Amino acid sequence: MWTRDQQAARAAKELQDGFYVNLGIGMPTLVANFIPERVDVTLQSENGMLGMGPFPFAGEEDPDLINAGKQTITELDRTSYFSSADSFAMIRGGHIDLSILGAMEVADNGDIANWMIPGKMVKGMGGAMDLVAGVKKIIVLMEHNAKDGSAKFKTVCTLPLTGKGVVDMIVSDLAVLARPAKGAPFKLIELAPGIDLDMLKARTEGHFEA
Amino acid sequence: MANKLYPDAKAALDGLLFDGMTIMSGGFGLCGIPEKLIAALRDAGVKGLTVISNNAGVDGFGLGQLLETRQIAKMISSYVGENKEFERQYLAGELQLEFNPQGTLAERIRAGGAGIPGFYTKTGVGTLVAEGKEHKDFATASGTETYILETGLVADVSIVKAWKADPYGNLIFRKTSRNFNPMMATAGKVTVVEVEELVPAGTFDPDHIHTPGVFVQRLFVGRDYEKRIEQRTVRQREPA
Repeated sequence: MWTRDQQAARAAKELQDGFYVNLGIGMPTLVANFIPERVDVTLQSENGMLGMGPFPFAGEEDPDLINAGKQTITELDRTSYFSSADSFAMIRGGHIDLSILGAMEVADNGDIANWMIPGKMVKGMGGAMDLVAGVKKIIVLMEHNAKDGSAKFKTVCTLPLTGKGVVDMIVSDLAVLARPAKGAPFKLIELAPGIDLDMLKARTEGHFEA
Repeated sequence: MANKLYPDAKAALDGLLFDGMTIMSGGFGLCGIPEKLIAALRDAGVKGLTVISNNAGVDGFGLGQLLETRQIAKMISSYVGENKEFERQYLAGELQLEFNPQGTLAERIRAGGAGIPGFYTKTGVGTLVAEGKEHKDFATASGTETYILETGLVADVSIVKAWKADPYGNLIFRKTSRNFNPMMATAGKVTVVEVEELVPAGTFDPDHIHTPGVFVQRLFVGRDYEKRIEQRTVRQREPA
């Protein structure tokens, strides 16, 4: 099994030189710690910034400079700022190469659910629906199973969707599943240490090619 | 030139407010919110508001203040997760809520201000957001894709926070506090702007103006900005 950091490091291997990347809130933000050397990526923050830098030193926080998780951050020499409309023109218009986000469920047709549990207070979808609809490649970072043991990679999502048929790759704590194109079936790409195919199948509901 | 300058938030809102009106309020989280104008709305006591804003503030600050006083009847937002009073009023059925995907919300405001009554987007296709909306197929580079019709948004009054203004109402924003403010400035029947600094006419390089003054009707300089930080994150200095 992979730890959260190892999952993030595995997802970071998908970053390519020159990519513009949007990282979701939570585990996906860890990916920024594992960007490979000699791979230059520009991080987009959907509240209106390209070229997101690290957290500021204590005492240098700027309330006018935050990321989409409302955390204080810094700028880089490449940084640009823009409005929310321009930000989502980048996202919806297919100008961002990769988005890595979390999910509650993913179906084997690429459907994703990550914003709403009926009966619980809904906080809102934020930018998630725009990201999955518009970004060129979508990678989901999630635990392979929910706390009750149920599979999160399913034949059909049971929760309200964030997007239909949009997921390209899943990096879970057990395995990497990916497909070459939207519409194609998912294939097993890699197993985490200590996991074999039978174990993976036993903990997976959705269909994938071994 | 018509005078756009007012002494403070109360004066800048004078004569514009009525119960049941629609207000757009700039900001992302607490970053770039018009904190003086929100406080003035609270003090004015105007009720039954529909507020279009990406978020709903936090308990006791930003739009959270107008929730505490029950002045808001409906919110149009993309994310409202930081506010317990919001949750309580919503679950009690006292508050209406319309969720929009963040990019759809931004574009609805941009479109409204640009005189575009509707547009097609692929955001939300196949989700709850698409229910009841017109669907239309378009040929694209990657084949035929389905889009949904979203409508433009306008407001009776837009309240906007900018960094600097000149007396003509030309605006410059600072870092990520820009967010929804420029589009909202275009989509208010009346747009009221608060700034940290008023500069003399001719100070701005015309090439560097973010929002041209035509979109701004009223303007004042706010004092003693609180600018609360929601998530104070820092890194440690490496030992030399």
